[in-house]
Amino acid sequence: MEEERVGAPEGRDRVLADLRALGLGERLLTAPAELAVFSSDALTAFRQRPLAVVLADTAEEVVATVRACHRHGVPFVARGSGTSLSGGSLPLEGGVLIALNRLNRILRIDPRARLAVVQPGVVNLEVSRAAARYGLQYAPDPSSESVCTIGGNVAFNSGGAHCLRHGMTANHVLGMRVVLPDGEVVDLGGESLEPVGPDWTGLFCGSEGLFGIALEVTVRLVPVPEAVHTALAVYDSLEAAGDAVSRIVASGLLPVALEIMDALAIEAAEASVKPGYPPGAAALLIVELEGGRETVAADAARLAALLRDSGAAHVRTTEDPGERALIWKGRKAAFSAVGWLAPDYLVQDGVVPRTRLGEALAEIERLAGAAGLRVANVFHAGDGNLHPLILFDGREPGALERAEALAGDILRLCIRLGGSITGEHGVGVEKRAHLPEMFGPDDMELMGRLRDAVDPARLANRGKMLPVGDGWS
Amino acid sequence: MTLAAGHVDEIRELVRSSTGLLPRGGGSKPALSAPPHDGVVTVDVSGLRGIVAYDPAELTLTARAGTPVAELDAALAEHGQHLPFDPPLARAGATLGGVVAAATSGPGALRSGGVRDFVIGVRIVDGTGRLVSGGGRVVKNAAGFDLPKLMVGSRGRLGVIVEVSLKVFPRPRAAATLEIAAGGLDAAVAAATELSAGPWELDALELHPDGRLLARLAGDPEPMEARLARLVPALPAGATARRLAAGEADARWREAADLAWRPGGTRLVRAACTPAAIAPLWAAVAAAGGDARFGRGGAVAWIAWPDDAPLDPLDAALREHGLAACALTGAPAPDLLGAVRGGAFAQRVRAALDPDRRFLD
Ligand SMILES: Cc1cc2nc3c(=O)[nH]c(=O)nc-3n(C[C@H](O)[C@H](O)[C@H](O)COP(=O)(O)OP(=O)(O)OC[C@H]3O[C@@H](n4cnc5c(N)ncnc54)[C@H](O)[C@@H]3O)c2cc1C
Repeated sequence: MEEERVGAPEGRDRVLADLRALGLGERLLTAPAELAVFSSDALTAFRQRPLAVVLADTAEEVVATVRACHRHGVPFVARGSGTSLSGGSLPLEGGVLIALNRLNRILRIDPRARLAVVQPGVVNLEVSRAAARYGLQYAPDPSSESVCTIGGNVAFNSGGAHCLRHGMTANHVLGMRVVLPDGEVVDLGGESLEPVGPDWTGLFCGSEGLFGIALEVTVRLVPVPEAVHTALAVYDSLEAAGDAVSRIVASGLLPVALEIMDALAIEAAEASVKPGYPPGAAALLIVELEGGRETVAADAARLAALLRDSGAAHVRTTEDPGERALIWKGRKAAFSAVGWLAPDYLVQDGVVPRTRLGEALAEIERLAGAAGLRVANVFHAGDGNLHPLILFDGREPGALERAEALAGDILRLCIRLGGSITGEHGVGVEKRAHLPEMFGPDDMELMGRLRDAVDPARLANRGKMLPVGDGWS
Repeated sequence: MTLAAGHVDEIRELVRSSTGLLPRGGGSKPALSAPPHDGVVTVDVSGLRGIVAYDPAELTLTARAGTPVAELDAALAEHGQHLPFDPPLARAGATLGGVVAAATSGPGALRSGGVRDFVIGVRIVDGTGRLVSGGGRVVKNAAGFDLPKLMVGSRGRLGVIVEVSLKVFPRPRAAATLEIAAGGLDAAVAAATELSAGPWELDALELHPDGRLLARLAGDPEPMEARLARLVPALPAGATARRLAAGEADARWREAADLAWRPGGTRLVRAACTPAAIAPLWAAVAAAGGDARFGRGGAVAWIAWPDDAPLDPLDAALREHGLAACALTGAPAPDLLGAVRGGAFAQRVRAALDPDRRFLD
């Protein structure tokens, strides 16, 4: 990856000298063995060793590091917990990696205003834990919620199963303090749900680290629902499960989650976390309703009728938190669980219009068959966000290439059906070549202009999201 | 000078050849769309009208920017759907592009989110005259910079919005409205905070400075009476509630969304708000002889500021609480009031979208 390498070696020496002068002590890593730990994120097919890693303890250290990088023209990458599935937090060879997971303090919770101010390295689930004593929670719930950080969530506008009703990260971020790629610190947004003026906060969310680093994030909190009803429906075909989703959406019900798992994903879940799903299912549909108890009771009755009419072979429902947690455990562990089925996997994140889910799934099956690869499907059916898990064995020559080719075909399929190449995992390095397949030349040109205006030296997360070559990176 | 654009290409041509450009939709927010000085070229997009794509099963809709939101509402109603955030000033001719550019959300934003939560895609003519797209037509999409969100609140200063894609929701089949007298503004703010944190899932909650609250429940008809039967006894001590008959309730919500309570001789200002800022903002408004309503549970202040009063005291009160505001009616007022955020980030983004400064400052 020639374009991602850093230019002048003098710059590297100088930046290291400046970083040493910050007095970071053992929190400045430069030894190869220490750096190796940080050489990839959850997309392990890509690895690169950074020049140095800064384990920042304070926002001031982050700013000072960014300024040092800027002074010497050395690119940098912010890293939360490194759970990115698209290579977003992959370090740059010769660049500085700024690790933020020690910036993990919840600075303030205001239960009256229903908001929290947190440092970027706070783990997603910790926000809900801290808010629980006020009867509040932080709604976006990526499956990686127990590890991933708010800063990473902001950079990717991450979602989760319950985002169907609650919205993505950007819908829950009210304001932030960020350091721009040249070291200037600015405040975006504020504490109100009704910002005035262009939505700078909304633009920063999902910018994949290209606009700088979030130093402090103000998020909204929502009441913990009074009642939750979870239904698990078993189908003898994936298509039937998909049809059930269409029926539910058309009925006017607004579940908080609508998730599907196919036979292979169920098998993987049973092999690993043993959620006790009904045996022999070709597809599982998880539907969750939440709200006030009267509404949930009425909606649950409507849902039961819909599921009955949809030809479900079996339906299990629960209001019990323990049983609910078990149902979700199988779903949320699905990515890591496929490790039981194959040594390696690639997870895709394309979106299709929800009425075309059936068509998309059939075509993915056909493409996988043609490529001679197995694909497990577990997805956010309610919003058309697919997660095909392409299984392969990286030790087999050519297997990774075949898996990547299939992944590309699936992305093109999503574009062709009028969807998107990513619903929540971001473009990263993995899908950067596909962005221009989804957007036209003028759209891409504006994205490049935006990045160059904010970061003329192209230091922040260089080589991510925007395609490389042709003067992009 | 005004150009009434019937086609996107005319806008592109105009942007390439002119400066001092200011887009205009339905003209329902003249402080943003009337020329503030001589030499302004108005780009009238009200001719760019009509629904481009609407698939009820998909719960998404794409329409040209000049389409009146009332027209969208009628089309959605035919399929039992709606824009849950009750776009304000619909009956005054507000267009889709104007609602996005002014970031105006009405009462229903409390439960379901505001305009920024429903915009999924945009097409704009940027300052170079290019037609660019951001986002898409699917409800979930993390590809590329989030241009759709950036356009929310952009007030015609970053480009001409020509098309918008939205997600839409099923229209609730039943609603019930309570008028709650809390006994003073402070008690109303406390009640609003308590109600918002509870299990009630209010669809809308608006505060009157005299201490009354207008609360709406929406959803299916079956559980409605049971929801009300539990809510009313749970209201804060000292508060009294009256259920409004359907006709009266409709009229009151229409008044709120149309901002029809605004007295003559005032200009309408939309301010970001928080529960803690309600009392001090109201003090500033009352001292100037104006009026106000606090919408979305107190997240937004709709202020009627006397035409003949200087805006300085309002500006000062907003700054003190870190909030910004924007005049919507009255004399052209292109500048934001209060604490304006974004700094260098805002300047750079603006320079990228409009490198030759084609649009008004
Ligand atoms: C098992 C598993 C399940 C997952 N499930 C989901 C899911 O359900 N939904 C979903 O959306 N994602 C999911 N992910 C992907 C991943 O968890 C998310 O993308 C998450 O937001 C990344 O957070 P992180 O702290 O690990 O960030 P990292 O991987 O460390 O970084 C991600 C990106 O954010 C940037 N970044 C980090 N911190 C900052 C900051 N403070 N300011 C600016 N940029 C920053 C990095 O440079 C990088 O580009 C899953 C991943 C795994 C491994």
